[in-house]
Amino acid sequence: MAIWLTHQSRVLVQGMTGAEGRKHTQRMINAGTNIVGGVTPGKGGQTVEFNDRIEKPVFDSVADAVATSGADVSVIFVPAKGTKSAVVEAVDVGVPLVVVITEGVPVHDTASFFQYAQDTGTTRIIGPNCPGLISPGRSNVGIIPANITKHGPIGLVSKSGTLTYQLMYELRDIGFATNVGIGGDPIIGTTHIDCLAAYEEDPETKAVVVIGEIGGDAEERAAAFIKENVTKPVVGYVAGFTAPEGKTMGHAGAIVSGSAGTAAAKKEALEAAGVKVGRTPNETARLMREVMASL
Amino acid sequence: MATESLPVAPNGEDAPVDLFEYQARDLLAAHGVPVLDARVATTPEEARVAAEKLSPSSGGVVVVKAQVKTGGRGKAGGVKLARSPQEAADRAGEILGMDIKGHTVHRVMIAQGAEIAEEYYFSVLVDRANRTYLAMASREGGMEIEQLAVERPEALARVPVDAMVGIDTVKAREIVAAARFPDDVADQVADVIVKLWNVFVAEDATLVEVNPLVKTEDGAVVALDAKVTLDDNATFRHPEHAELADRSAVDPIEQRAKERHLNYVKLGGSVGIIGNGAGLVMSTLDVVAYAGERYGGVKPANFLDIGGGASAEVMANGLDIVLSDPQVKSVFVNVFGGITACDAVANGIVQAFELLEKNGTPVTLPIVVRLDGNNADLGHEILDSFTATLPPGAIERVETMDDAARRAAELAAGQGQGA
Repeated sequence: MAIWLTHQSRVLVQGMTGAEGRKHTQRMINAGTNIVGGVTPGKGGQTVEFNDRIEKPVFDSVADAVATSGADVSVIFVPAKGTKSAVVEAVDVGVPLVVVITEGVPVHDTASFFQYAQDTGTTRIIGPNCPGLISPGRSNVGIIPANITKHGPIGLVSKSGTLTYQLMYELRDIGFATNVGIGGDPIIGTTHIDCLAAYEEDPETKAVVVIGEIGGDAEERAAAFIKENVTKPVVGYVAGFTAPEGKTMGHAGAIVSGSAGTAAAKKEALEAAGVKVGRTPNETARLMREVMASL
Repeated sequence: MATESLPVAPNGEDAPVDLFEYQARDLLAAHGVPVLDARVATTPEEARVAAEKLSPSSGGVVVVKAQVKTGGRGKAGGVKLARSPQEAADRAGEILGMDIKGHTVHRVMIAQGAEIAEEYYFSVLVDRANRTYLAMASREGGMEIEQLAVERPEALARVPVDAMVGIDTVKAREIVAAARFPDDVADQVADVIVKLWNVFVAEDATLVEVNPLVKTEDGAVVALDAKVTLDDNATFRHPEHAELADRSAVDPIEQRAKERHLNYVKLGGSVGIIGNGAGLVMSTLDVVAYAGERYGGVKPANFLDIGGGASAEVMANGLDIVLSDPQVKSVFVNVFGGITACDAVANGIVQAFELLEKNGTPVTLPIVVRLDGNNADLGHEILDSFTATLPPGAIERVETMDDAARRAAELAAGQGQGA
């Protein structure tokens, strides 16, 4: 087990015929992901050929794709303008997991499709503006590099893509059950807490890395959740100690206003919940090594 | 869309856009929110003309308000009453050019005067924690709302707003009741709240705040001051918003970086930073600042996220921008090679050096590179053989992020040359 993905996950790519969709579908196939096809309205009936003469069908709608292929995961690469309707379409069909890679989605669109999914109650959304999730050696949904780590007992959740990759790589000898990049937008479908709850339940996950960054109070809330609900060891890292107030640093959510959302406050909250927090990614990896050695 | 080859794309374009008060006022007015008549002036003479034009409707009294994107301008002397056009010109002369918390006043708004009976507060914003919208309202407006929220939380109603439903008349009445607005203004306030919600949605705002919302002596409810933040991700729906972005406040290097689609923020230290992915670059700033403590407080000079691709052109642009900051004494290039493997990143660095040489702006400061990830060995080989062709110390490759940060800080402090 891992969380949310298995070797059997049947993955649909919304926007597979676009340049990004096609490129990353190839990478997902290379990583062993069971890609069942793509959706591009108006291109139903066509196929896309990938390396080794692998052909994947294109469907006009998510409904058609699910009826034919039994897809249970959809990953979205459509441009920001079309993201909301793409997500709504997948939710309408009841796809259980929808991973939104697209960046630059207006926050009103995200608020709306997230609420829609909540009301429907059938779909978990990850993202938007996220690298997706990977269970190394089993399935890779999104754009996380698959060959920088291996399968193992660690679970990781992070707002940041490259910090995720950094930790995956540093701990590649131990390996990961699942890595989830939840994205750094102001509204996201899956939070640190959702991932922590899933890792706590997952027998394969023995320890968890939580990576946070300035802005919002997601890390403080994750700390409160850990204190109450997580029995597995958690190691943390928070980026943005030196970020100045009022400046946006890449992630739309990574902005400090007043005293709220500072890295120091997040580190303090995590430590108060018993999380060992590294000062740097290198040190965080060392802390995780110590944790794994003590299990 | 995830940009070509980028694990985390640089999204320097999506910074939120805070509007000036006069821009927010215009936006509110366009959606039917009652506001006071007002004009913008950039010189005392313009202020005089503006006051003359406003005078008939304001009984000769106008307010001259500094247009700066920071709070506390009243206390700083940035808001003054004027009883004649000449006085308006004089007050504008005093306020224009003033420095308010680091913001220079380039414009004043000349607004019609109002007899205020009561001051209220209303805002609607994106509530990250609850992943929806939040409306906040109080019949005690005027003061700093953060202070009210802390000191008298019961005086500030917080009403979650369902993103699928929004604020209709029924919801507006619920907010009015929750904040216990006086009966005589309840209908008017509810009407204004619905209109402010329309601004929030129709303009793709992440914040619409009116403080104060006032009742005038003659019983009218008017938005006296407003703060609006727009979502830059939504500019594809609002091409007209592009004009609202404030160019004057932007640092010249930041402006040049923006023109080259680079996500650059100037920070003022001496170690130039180039990295890929917003999280990793933020982390790099921290690690450099920690390392800098040993060298008399050496600090990072900038944030620059070149995205995961790290192509030669982007790397060259990045180096060019970072090196154009005269405070920079060393540069730390910190890249994790994911989808774009380390050999491609190393080639990008080599070509960037060649490109800058060709452009007549060769790299003359020491560059510390930490390159890890896919094909790391190959990337190191490419970089090392290129380094061998350069003067000693031009590029130093360091294995770990922590050690590389230390070396970059050491070099910026002017120590350890050739160590």
